[in-house]
Amino acid sequence: MSAHASHAPNRSGLWDYLTTVDHKKIAILYLIAGGIFFLAGGLEALLIRLQLMYPEIELVGAKTFNELITMHGTTMIFLAVMPVIFALMNAIVPLQIGARDVAFPFVNALGFWLFFFGGVLLNTSWFLGGAPDAGWTSYTTLALNQYSGIGVDFYVLGLQIAGLGTLIGGINFLVTIINMRAPGMTFMRMPMFTWSSFITSGLILFAFPAITVGLVLLMFDRLFGGNFFNPDAGGNVVIWEHLFWIFGHPEVYILILPAFGIISEVVSTFSRKRLFGYSSMVFATALIGFLGFMVWAHHMFTTGLGAIANTLFGLATMLIAVPTGIKIFNWLLTMWGGQIRFPTANLFAVGFIPTFTIGGMTGVMLAVPPADYQYHDSYFVVAHFHYVIVGGLVFGLFAGLYYWWPKMFGKMLNETIGKWNFWTFFIGFHLTFFPQHFLGLMGMPRRVFTYLKDQNLDMGNFISTIGAFGMTIGTILFLINVVVAAKSSKRAPADPWDGRSLEWAIPSPPPEYNFVQTPLVRGLDALWVEKMAGNKGMTPAEPIGDIHMPSPSFLPFLMSLGLFVAGYGFIYHNYVVVVIGLLFTLGCMFTRSVKDDPGYHIHEDELEEKGVKA
Amino acid sequence: MKGWQQYWRQFSLFALLALVLTGCGKDELSALKPSGPVAAMQFDLMKLSSAIMIGVFIVVMTIFTYVLIRYRKRPGQQGIPKQVEGNHALEILWTVIPFLLLIIMAIPTVTTGFALHKEYPKEEAVQVKVTAHQFWWEFEYPDLGVATAQDLVLPVGKKVQFVLSASDVKHAFWIPALGGKIDTNPGQENKMWLQADKTGIYYGKCAELCGASHALMDFKVEVMEQADFDTWVANMKGVQAKEPATATSPLAAEGQQIFDKSCLGCHAVAGKGGKMGPNLTNFADRERVAGIKAHTPQNIAEWLKDPQKMKPGNKMPNLNLDDNQVKALVEYMGTLSVSEKK
Ligand code: HEM
Ligand SMILES: [Cu+2]
Repeated sequence: MSAHASHAPNRSGLWDYLTTVDHKKIAILYLIAGGIFFLAGGLEALLIRLQLMYPEIELVGAKTFNELITMHGTTMIFLAVMPVIFALMNAIVPLQIGARDVAFPFVNALGFWLFFFGGVLLNTSWFLGGAPDAGWTSYTTLALNQYSGIGVDFYVLGLQIAGLGTLIGGINFLVTIINMRAPGMTFMRMPMFTWSSFITSGLILFAFPAITVGLVLLMFDRLFGGNFFNPDAGGNVVIWEHLFWIFGHPEVYILILPAFGIISEVVSTFSRKRLFGYSSMVFATALIGFLGFMVWAHHMFTTGLGAIANTLFGLATMLIAVPTGIKIFNWLLTMWGGQIRFPTANLFAVGFIPTFTIGGMTGVMLAVPPADYQYHDSYFVVAHFHYVIVGGLVFGLFAGLYYWWPKMFGKMLNETIGKWNFWTFFIGFHLTFFPQHFLGLMGMPRRVFTYLKDQNLDMGNFISTIGAFGMTIGTILFLINVVVAAKSSKRAPADPWDGRSLEWAIPSPPPEYNFVQTPLVRGLDALWVEKMAGNKGMTPAEPIGDIHMPSPSFLPFLMSLGLFVAGYGFIYHNYVVVVIGLLFTLGCMFTRSVKDDPGYHIHEDELEEKGVKA
Repeated sequence: MKGWQQYWRQFSLFALLALVLTGCGKDELSALKPSGPVAAMQFDLMKLSSAIMIGVFIVVMTIFTYVLIRYRKRPGQQGIPKQVEGNHALEILWTVIPFLLLIIMAIPTVTTGFALHKEYPKEEAVQVKVTAHQFWWEFEYPDLGVATAQDLVLPVGKKVQFVLSASDVKHAFWIPALGGKIDTNPGQENKMWLQADKTGIYYGKCAELCGASHALMDFKVEVMEQADFDTWVANMKGVQAKEPATATSPLAAEGQQIFDKSCLGCHAVAGKGGKMGPNLTNFADRERVAGIKAHTPQNIAEWLKDPQKMKPGNKMPNLNLDDNQVKALVEYMGTLSVSEKK
């Protein structure tokens, strides 16, 4: 056998997706998995809101309610928005930098399967003795054995496995963006979405180890009687809070920065203008990422850290408003003087601006520690973080999905349904979360399964639940839109929006090798530069030739499966199963190490024929 | 595009709805109706920061609205808009202005922050030791030698220095109308001071998820004139010094017997009994049963018959009492009073 197989492996359907290492297909896997978890988290949210529609009703019990808020929060943060971000990063970043693939395709697939199996493990808790019920923050001592059930073990192991996937995914993007940019694509010519993905990946690299360590300690406390967090045996409950938030605060920037990137792309494309203040945008993004690590204790103002610590962390938090403000004004000025169109993608981007501004404003208010003693753990906080993560991030993701859907799937989403999608979701969103600011100030703590009749909290809660129905309708319309698009026979053009960056230079959906010839980048907004110069497409940086591709592999799936099995072994204290699962994973790693896998080539004469099937 | 108009209509409608229909909440509960200096200082900071933020929002919305109307693409529009790279003067402007606004906020943040963290010795403030339990509150007055649970009794116009901790999981102590919250950490002590400037009843809450009945971990704060407070302390001490009052009726006597046998293991009355559950010395004077339900014989009976039903997950076992025993207990518990009021 020659060193290089000359034929592309012939795989199709499910088997293709189980073994793929193609970043575009992995993007689709992330999107599907994230979408499913999103629906689960949304269903949980709806049940939460129904239970709170009227005072003192008994729809779900107190314990189930706590399981619902815990699973809702955990699912939404770790298993819903995170993978959709990874979906867009996978689908778009290599294209935007003119790369044929990510740096480590095998690792990319492994990252997905770890995330997926971790998420599945966590969610099976519903059927195996109860979901975690200590809140998505799992504060000790409530999250210790003495006070909570087996659900928290699912939380610890599920998140550990999923977190490993995220960590290696992040590292992969760092290396990809540093090493795989096309000739001419300097850092200061990278599109904003790639920039924000880069900084987000950096944050993942530094933040996730903190939760990994925290989860290991919690696992020792719960499974092996360690006493790290048990005050009765000299443990310290506040340490968990620090570890959690040293990860948890950067995490919210990990989530929001890609949304900033998407908004920058969408607003500029649909204004037909280059991004205003590009270099200050890059600088602001980096600064936000940096400051994001400095402020974790603002989640702990009421923990009793003292006046000095609280004041310093409060002031540091306020500072983040400056780079964030720069971004908002730059977006406004990008639209200034442009020719603004309003397809659904831009509706979401434009709707993002005031909504996110409100979330940012309440953020600054929360950064005032003495006032936060009133806001903290009240519904005001629930309102604030939903304005940021739904009004900011989810709006951003919708904008990104409407914008890049044609590139990913070769089909356009329907604009009429899209507009209905936007308006129901947007109005429903504000109905749901705006009144919650007042509920909090009027004395409603968060995470309460009910509230008493005589407290004037009825009206706000009722409006809030009605709004949740609006968001549900919006989400269903999106799903309908996906089906309609899939059924339609019209193919999307390569460049439906008159785009500016490289991904629009190749067909929709892109062939598996992305670029037939690596493009030569001659400025910011590479494609736009060529359009302005009157060229039909990018200037190639290399002659046409055979393209080397990595071979698909079933190993990432199997490796993750091994850890998944070991996870159950830990949860049920069955160490035989633990050993079997870990050995299985190690065996796969061994196989991967010793087996020579040179990949394959796509020959010159086969080029152009292949397109990814969505 | 008439989208943004629709948005504004919605937005102002909800703001109005939420504000007008609820009138900023209930006096006893709302952080927007401060009844003491701590809550007032915090409210001032809220007003300052929201005023600045609303100012910023108005600027953003004005530019936003103008841009969306003025620069939307019109049919037949030709040419390509000017590709502006940026504008250093403008970019510096919107870096510097937020900085200045933040400084305006930072100054009172620092001063108030330190004011709220002062600690007052017993010469200047009533000292109260708070211990949070799943799902009830224990209040001790170490200098006065009395202890109570669920209903916190305070003198008006006087500083109260709290020392707070928890016996099991983390809780948070919050009386919105009097001031913001602080966590009660198991194994550690936190400090906070508050002051109530008006007599009356205030609602207190647990603000940190602490298990199934977190939502029901309410307590009441009864603020009274100094003289009444002194009387209350004297009465509490008087009762605690002696044996529980002898029951006044045969039914109550029967109740007392059951109580001594089945309840004293966990609940203290008049200086006798355990500390697993709330101290019941002044139970009949309370505002609420279990911190949440109206203080009526029916609710007491309901609690005794099935404590898990009213507060799921709490630590009081079901004692499997029959109706007669419950009736006797309710009668007896009605006598557990230190004040004249019944
Ligand atoms: C349909 C849309 C949604 C609705 C109606 C909704 C509603 C709620 C409600 C009522 C709570 C419980 C608040 C409490 O008592 O503490 C909650 C908590 C939470 N939500 Fe959402 N939510 C929605 C979407 C999202 C999304 C998209 C995310 C994140 C991307 C998210 C993240 C969270 C988090 C982190 C918590 C805290 C959970 C905890 O306290 O452990 N939510 N949500
Ligand atoms: Cu509590």
